Amino acid sequence: MIKTPRTKMQEQDANIRIENFLEVALGYSLEEAREEARRCIDCKNPRCVVACPVRVKIPEFIKLLLEDALDEAFETIYEDNILPSICGRVCPQESQCEGACILGIKSQPVSIGALERFVGDYGMEKGLANTGAPPSNGIKVAVVGSGPAGLANAASLRKKGYEVTIFEALHDYGGVLKYGIPDFRLPKEIVTNEVQNLENLGVKFVKNAVIGKSLTIDQLFEEGFESIFIGSGAGLPSALGVPGENLNGVYYANEFLTRVNLMKSRKGVFSKTPIKLGDNVAVVGGGNVAMDAARTAKRLGAKNVFILYRRGREGLPARLEEIHHAEEEGIVFNLLTNPVEIIGEDRLVKQVRCEHMKLGEPDTSGRRRPLPTGEFTTFDIDNIIISIGQKPNPILKDNTLGLDTQPWGGIITDEFQMTSIPGVFAGGDVVTGAATVILAMGAGKDAAHHMHEYLQTKNKQ
Amino acid sequence: MYKITKKVVLNEAIDLMHIEAPLVAKNAKPGHFVIVRVDKDGERIPLTIAGMNGNDVHIIYQKLGYSTQLLGEKAAGDTIEDFVGPLGKAAHIRDKKHVVGVAGGVGSAPLLPQLKAYYEQGTKVTLILGARNQDYIILRDEYAKFCDQIIVTTDDGSLGQKGLVTDALKPLLASDKSIDHVIAIGPVIMMKYVTLMAKEYQKTIDVSLNPIMIDGTGMCGNCRVSIGGETFFACIDGPDFAGEDVDFDELMARQNYYKEEEHVCYMRLKK
Ligand SMILES: Cc1cc2nc3c(=O)[nH]c(=O)nc-3n(C[C@H](O)[C@H](O)[C@H](O)COP(=O)(O)OP(=O)(O)OC[C@H]3O[C@@H](n4cnc5c(N)ncnc54)[C@H](O)[C@@H]3O)c2cc1C
Ligand SMILES: Cc1cc2nc3c(=O)[nH]c(=O)nc-3n(C[C@H](O)[C@H](O)[C@H](O)COP(=O)(O)OP(=O)(O)OC[C@H]3O[C@@H](n4cnc5c(N)ncnc54)[C@H](O)[C@@H]3O)c2cc1C
Ligand code: SF4
Ligand code: SF4
Ligand code: FES
Repeated sequence: MIKTPRTKMQEQDANIRIENFLEVALGYSLEEAREEARRCIDCKNPRCVVACPVRVKIPEFIKLLLEDALDEAFETIYEDNILPSICGRVCPQESQCEGACILGIKSQPVSIGALERFVGDYGMEKGLANTGAPPSNGIKVAVVGSGPAGLANAASLRKKGYEVTIFEALHDYGGVLKYGIPDFRLPKEIVTNEVQNLENLGVKFVKNAVIGKSLTIDQLFEEGFESIFIGSGAGLPSALGVPGENLNGVYYANEFLTRVNLMKSRKGVFSKTPIKLGDNVAVVGGGNVAMDAARTAKRLGAKNVFILYRRGREGLPARLEEIHHAEEEGIVFNLLTNPVEIIGEDRLVKQVRCEHMKLGEPDTSGRRRPLPTGEFTTFDIDNIIISIGQKPNPILKDNTLGLDTQPWGGIITDEFQMTSIPGVFAGGDVVTGAATVILAMGAGKDAAHHMHEYLQTKNKQ
Repeated sequence: MYKITKKVVLNEAIDLMHIEAPLVAKNAKPGHFVIVRVDKDGERIPLTIAGMNGNDVHIIYQKLGYSTQLLGEKAAGDTIEDFVGPLGKAAHIRDKKHVVGVAGGVGSAPLLPQLKAYYEQGTKVTLILGARNQDYIILRDEYAKFCDQIIVTTDDGSLGQKGLVTDALKPLLASDKSIDHVIAIGPVIMMKYVTLMAKEYQKTIDVSLNPIMIDGTGMCGNCRVSIGGETFFACIDGPDFAGEDVDFDELMARQNYYKEEEHVCYMRLKK
């Protein structure tokens, strides 16, 4: 059993998928899911569970799957993770659950993500998360932002009886899941469906509400909200800080992906918010955002898409599957290559000059530090997409008196996730800096628990 | 959905609309803007808040291309899909004695609440109102309620003085020593030359920058502008900035990056 290889998930052929935005990985059939589930040896002390940030009861749900108790398998996951269809697709499993699976030592780990996705999709199709709206306890709470942190927080609080309203700055809900992660990795219907589930639970959604601007935190309290959760994410793009960054043709990944995902620009389709892209596209960075930008550029018809990344291959922070898929799709990886200048002509980008790097001693992140070599290469390009990280957006900080933040903009919270303002809690990327969907979801859920305790104590007094 | 409670056609190219939007009206101040999406799948377009009454927010827009044209096809009683704000930083109303406002075309809409705020704090206010011809001179009566003096210029001389706003500004700055501040809102090229002139006469100057925007909340970075070699996001750091060190040429180039696509989009609407 241990030596049986993983059950491969069907995927769209690389040559075909670069022409479309449909999902790359097609998911398991019931047969395939069973076959893969059989590989799990149901460990007494499952290492996988400990490595999952929200402790999904992995062997338990896998066992239920094998017993054909799919509804129960879904319930089991759902107790810890309200977004199984999403996390099954986008979690960096190799560094979490699967990275710790015992089978991985001698062979390949169980495809936990794929199984979670299977069960999640099954539950979604059957509407298992739709349990109807629990009765209200009359206490109003507000949630700022509709990303995974906000959604999880709202769901947990609503289930405890609170009247929850989510305020979202954009015209659509889901945060990065909607405007950042492309359809070929996470079809938007899945996110829309999760939002619908929350509406069915009785969560109220208000779009076009920028908290700090349309309503301040103080005004939310005045309107009768007794506690507030901030899950406003890390949306502000980091600059590369090299000359030429403001030339035409230079995009931040957020602009590029927002135009394509949220504003629905697609090549060849009439769009009111178009995207302009030439044949040669450089993407700076090595994380999920960079992979998404590069693969999106390819799908929009760019002929040569290449990554510029200053560290080596082991340093790439993107999910393994994304790197693998990007390579299959013909994305070229220029590693140990650091852009130092973007060169233009008539204010339009033409070239990017890069310095070759070599690896030195490990730095604070534990990865070997890239060092300059004094050797340079220049690439001809039509566009360059900068994807080197995001910081929290300053709107809330700038418009909320007494909200303590880190020098880099993150909101400071105590051990109960409360901010410096009593009754105001925070979690997700706005606290940790850009991280992962599952961590944000977990933070939203945990905060719901702390808010519940806070409100109970407060209302007793 | 947001209801259009009133619409006034100011001239063939410019309309005024009142939109019912309590969440925008609540905290709006001069200098703030909104982002409008006319319909589902529509573009997000920024427009300055030109005034308010109760829950209604006023916008004045020039029908330039696809999205503003589409907005112009709406009538009172219709609804629009999205209307979010107030965005940006409120205008910094400085402690000044005599301010000259320079408005180019539809720039007279965003300038109005700012000049009014100056007037209300006791500053003397002079206005130069410029447009291509007399049909495009708007809001003159509104301004007349509080401006000390109004000079009108038109490119073709159909109203007021023939020429550019700078032709009217120069003698003013040269002769009236009491002027200690200039605000210019209009086409970038106009703001550039007004800024140069203000610098020549050593007056402080504020301008309102209008790069292409998408979210308007500091997320996309499309709206970046260079000021004194530093990058700012106009949607969260502005849109109003001191004009002295703004790289207007970069702004003009960035505004034009999507020109062809905008044209194609517009032609589809005409069909
Ligand atoms: C392109 C891309 C790809 C990624 N890929 C992966 C992946 O494969 N796997 C993974 O685990 N993680 C991935 N991530 C990271 C992951 O998406 C984030 O860590 C996660 O979405 C953070 O969730 P959040 O709820 O904290 O914030 P967000 O998802 O950022 O949501 C915050 C929401 O709050 C709204 N908001 C902000 N300010 C205000 C305000 N003042 N008032 C009202 N609303 C406001 C925003 O509009 C947004 O909708 C990716 C990120 C990006 C950008
Ligand atoms: C902060 C701010 C305040 C503004 N206030 C007003 C106002 O009060 N009244 C008014 O008439 N206009 C205002 N504008 C300009 C207005 O947003 C554009 O005229 C409008 O977006 C044009 O859209 P369109 O589709 O009709 O025309 P298009 O044909 O798409 O574009 C015409 C021109 O508008 C600019 N433009 C296009 N899309 C955008 C966008 N999403 N964001 C910004 N600029 C864009 C382009 O540079 C282009 O040259 C403001 C712009 C900004 C940034
Ligand atoms: S939530 Fe993520 S880490 Fe946890 S089991 Fe599921 S895929 Fe693995
Ligand atoms: S560690 Fe691997 S084999 Fe063990 S329970 Fe978890 S998934 Fe199954
Ligand atoms: S409009 Fe997107 S950051 Fe300013």
